[in-house]
Amino acid sequence: MSQTFILIPGRTSDQGCGISEGKFQPKYQKQIQSLQMSPGDMQRLAVKEGDWVRLTSETGSVEVQLVSAPKDELPDGLLFIAYGDISCRLMSGDTHGSGMPTSKGIDVTLEVLASAIANTSAIANSTAKAD
Amino acid sequence: MSAPAVQSEVIPELKIVQDATCTFCGCVCDDIDLSVKDNHIVEAKRACVLGKAWFLNHTLDDRPSCLIDGRPASLEEGYDRAARILTNGKYPVIYGLSDSPCEAQRVAVSIADWIGGIIDTTTSVCHGPSGMAFQGVGEVTCSLGEVANRGDLIIFWGSNPAESHPRHFTRYSLMPKGMFVPNGRKDRTCVIIDVRKTKSAKAADIFIPIKPRADFEALWTLRALARGIELDAQQVLSDTGVELSVWQDLMARMKAAKFGVFFFGMGLTMTRGKHANTEALLALTRDMNAHTRFVSKPNRGHGNVTGADNVVSWRTGYPFGVNHARGYPRFNPGEYTTTDTLARREADCAMMIACDPMANFSQSAREHLASIPYIALDTKDTPTTRAAAVAFNVATYGINTGGTVYRMDDVPIPLRPAFDSPHPGDFEVLTAIEDRVKKILGINA
Amino acid sequence: MTTREYTRISQGTVYDPANGIDGEVRDLWILDGRIVEAPADPSIRPVRDIDAAGLVVMPGGVDMHCHIAGPKVNVARKMRPEDKRRSEVLHRTSNTHSGTMGAVPSTFATGYKYAGLGYTTAFDAAVPPLGARHAHEEFEDTPCIDKGFYVLMGNNHFVMQSIQNNEYEKLKGFMGWLLAATKAYAPKLVNPGGVEVWKSRQGGNVSGLDELVEHFNVTPRQIISNVTKAANELRLPHPVHIHCNNLGMPGNWETTMQTMQALEGHRGHITHIQFHSYGGGDADETTFNSKTVQLADYVNSHPNVTVDVGQVLFGETTSMTGDGPLGYFLSNVYGGKWFSSDTEMESGCGITPIKYKNKSLVHALQWAIGLEWYLLVNDPWRVVMSTDHPNGGSFLAYPQIIRLLMDRTWRQDVLNTCHPLVRERGVLKDLDRQYTLNDIAIITRAGPARILGLPNKGHLGPGADADITIYTPNENYETMFELPRMVIKSGRIIVEQGEIRDPLIGKTLNVQPDYDREVEPHIQEWFEKYYSIRWRNYPVDESYLHESEVVPTKE
Repeated sequence: MSQTFILIPGRTSDQGCGISEGKFQPKYQKQIQSLQMSPGDMQRLAVKEGDWVRLTSETGSVEVQLVSAPKDELPDGLLFIAYGDISCRLMSGDTHGSGMPTSKGIDVTLEVLASAIANTSAIANSTAKAD
Repeated sequence: MSAPAVQSEVIPELKIVQDATCTFCGCVCDDIDLSVKDNHIVEAKRACVLGKAWFLNHTLDDRPSCLIDGRPASLEEGYDRAARILTNGKYPVIYGLSDSPCEAQRVAVSIADWIGGIIDTTTSVCHGPSGMAFQGVGEVTCSLGEVANRGDLIIFWGSNPAESHPRHFTRYSLMPKGMFVPNGRKDRTCVIIDVRKTKSAKAADIFIPIKPRADFEALWTLRALARGIELDAQQVLSDTGVELSVWQDLMARMKAAKFGVFFFGMGLTMTRGKHANTEALLALTRDMNAHTRFVSKPNRGHGNVTGADNVVSWRTGYPFGVNHARGYPRFNPGEYTTTDTLARREADCAMMIACDPMANFSQSAREHLASIPYIALDTKDTPTTRAAAVAFNVATYGINTGGTVYRMDDVPIPLRPAFDSPHPGDFEVLTAIEDRVKKILGINA
Repeated sequence: MTTREYTRISQGTVYDPANGIDGEVRDLWILDGRIVEAPADPSIRPVRDIDAAGLVVMPGGVDMHCHIAGPKVNVARKMRPEDKRRSEVLHRTSNTHSGTMGAVPSTFATGYKYAGLGYTTAFDAAVPPLGARHAHEEFEDTPCIDKGFYVLMGNNHFVMQSIQNNEYEKLKGFMGWLLAATKAYAPKLVNPGGVEVWKSRQGGNVSGLDELVEHFNVTPRQIISNVTKAANELRLPHPVHIHCNNLGMPGNWETTMQTMQALEGHRGHITHIQFHSYGGGDADETTFNSKTVQLADYVNSHPNVTVDVGQVLFGETTSMTGDGPLGYFLSNVYGGKWFSSDTEMESGCGITPIKYKNKSLVHALQWAIGLEWYLLVNDPWRVVMSTDHPNGGSFLAYPQIIRLLMDRTWRQDVLNTCHPLVRERGVLKDLDRQYTLNDIAIITRAGPARILGLPNKGHLGPGADADITIYTPNENYETMFELPRMVIKSGRIIVEQGEIRDPLIGKTLNVQPDYDREVEPHIQEWFEKYYSIRWRNYPVDESYLHESEVVPTKE
């Protein structure tokens, strides 16, 4: 079952604080891999907070954990994630002559993963390539 | 370095640094009172949540100041190796700089000049498209105090200052009781235009949720309305996701305002259309000046990204993405911008200063960066410092070192450091590297 | 004594008008960066002897009005990559940084090019106080020349408020404080009052000297008179530098005349007066004409007034001004990109690309009016060469202007290429005065140095800074002046035949006048109410000055 969404990565205050606390600290890591979804979409897809999903863009694929977007912050069809290591894996290297990768408004497909298959190993995967 | 005298009074064990400057975001609040105890900031009065995290988490650490290939090394060895990497490269890239003081940025530009490399800053993946738009149509803008003293219609477009610039509303844009808006918030109307109802939207009088990736269409709708051109209501709704009547109401307010202000964010620059989006907004602002006074401002992100634009511009003539390979500066976004040179596997060595491309660049750019020798300077352990050939763990500007920082409105502000760090600052490290680079290349400027 | 390292410039033909030397063959002795008397002991030999026989020796050039550093200059650089891309570039060498040119060169390029032209001192004419720190940072990256700036005051809220409240002493104290806090050289008025009106409403400006500035209820005339008087009482070396209201508008000559009268006999400098010397009515270009004769008559009979010209040269450039409403006007005339920025409590700014065409009546008249000014002011000590770089053209056009002044045949040839009506609308065709080398030495160095109150610049007497330019004579004066044989700064040879030898940084010239400190709490109270930065973070401290010199106030 895959669904099409538009993904908006952006700043959150927890992510901003996390930068100062340290990017390898749990707060930051949790922020950048938490995917916000509208309550309407969550109901439609019959998913709940804490479920793992895979997002795939033209460029890449990441596994992240769902949280419900705060009341009416997100319209249906839109996903939000704190900008960072994970969201940038979905961005293309092509900047269309601007120097700026298309980092917001990314077309993604979403697959719900079998419960908690990924969890900790996903975190490991996401950071392994950085070393 | 220009380190103004620390204005402080010493109470036993507790030092107060008044009017310290927070460099976390582009607001560059310079009214923070720091309480310092045992080389640790215990309180940052008036700082926002991001500022508190900034001041309270940059503590002394016992990490080595320099790592070569992940192993502790002396600073001298680090400087030597860094200079060799940069002078051996055929296509070196120096990037970052948005969290360094201007004094360090100037040295970085010199190094790029001497080695015939690229100098680029995080502007290229922030408001670089706004810079390109400005080169297309210009910009009508003002200092933030003008907004505080005059602004009566404040519109945020694709920007969420409640989370990215938490004191923006209180210090500059909504709450201040200004000369011509004596009742503060009551004298102002706040409009938020975004694809999602952000925390900032809660502070607004009017929230206009637009269709994702329809900023360009929405801005041109407003340009048409400013000129009095009739539009097809159905098409406007399908193009922008918003009823024409809502845009008409907004335009009426814009024309009726005495001093209107657009603050725009990465919702415009990072979304499809990029500089075409920001160009539409800058052009709309210009159009509005035929009716009233109207200005726009990008809500710049990191503490001194605006300083980086200024320093690179005054030294090279261009704001970012500047290539010195032919012995003089050339500018071409998309060609000489860092993420492109990496994704296309062109750069063969790099120096990453106060930035984290290993976390924030595309996968293809990261893979190439990981395959070439590079130097990293950061105050923290990051994915970028971990994969660097030479990593310098540096002192934090504004906390340990002085210098100059440009607020998002190009106002330069001095830093008042709170306590010393055992690590060298960006300026010191870059100066030492520059000295060696010059020696290797026979430069005696 | 014998170990002292003298330099001698031998047997050059020296033009040092401040010391009454008009083309005499002499030796000049230099020690520790200054001109000195020849040592009395004939056995003393110079360590370095520069043979200047057959060459012309003058003090280093002094540009008293240009835009080379600070916020708007930098915006103008980054706004026009298309201009830079097609312009000359400066390659990095083993002793110089690379750079870009175009209408607004990068900082290093600015310093090298000024020095290459034989100029050793230059003043940026319009820096907003809030951007002072920025200007000083750029100065440190602008090598080879000494430099300073004028700080914008003509639309400052505290200035207007003090005048409104009849608090003259507060005004005077504030001016002293602001100069010291920004490490500036002189007060600058730009469209006094008009910029504030622009900031407050659509298309706003003032149209004359007696129009009230809304909210503050003061007139441009009051601002000009009070600031000028206060500046003279502060004994500033260069009391006040005035960009009049109504720049560029047909009929503006009357405003200019009234501005000179508003000085009330005090010393004052009217800048780029070419742009303020137009007859004609109500923005009607068909009646546009020169009023230089009337204005120059006033200048000739009022020794308290000095002017620089703001010569226009044909070609493309970038207009930049602290006159916000002017920027708006020009952007509507030319339709190109436009930058405008208003600075809280202080000032405005406008930038737009422009092009002067010799076939345009207006542009050709502007060109002719500039030349009329040089030729109609009788005393060369009171008219200074400037292009208002880059507004009328680049400082690099100075040699061309010199040729126009020294060679009337060529001047008339160029006039003949212009729009034919220029001959009727002005008097240039009737002026056959030719400048001498001594006159040129006055309007490019000795005069501006005197007007600026710089005791050690613009002359070659003992005690002067050893800033010296040596030219190879040529019958084409443009050729002679565009490539000096040698340029010496602070006693060091910095340029030889266009090659940079020793790019020293140069120093910042600023004033620290005595003022009544009692005013500071009042300023602070006002400041903290309205500014967006903290009071203590506003003044520019010494660390930004690298090398500097405080120029003394008048005795």
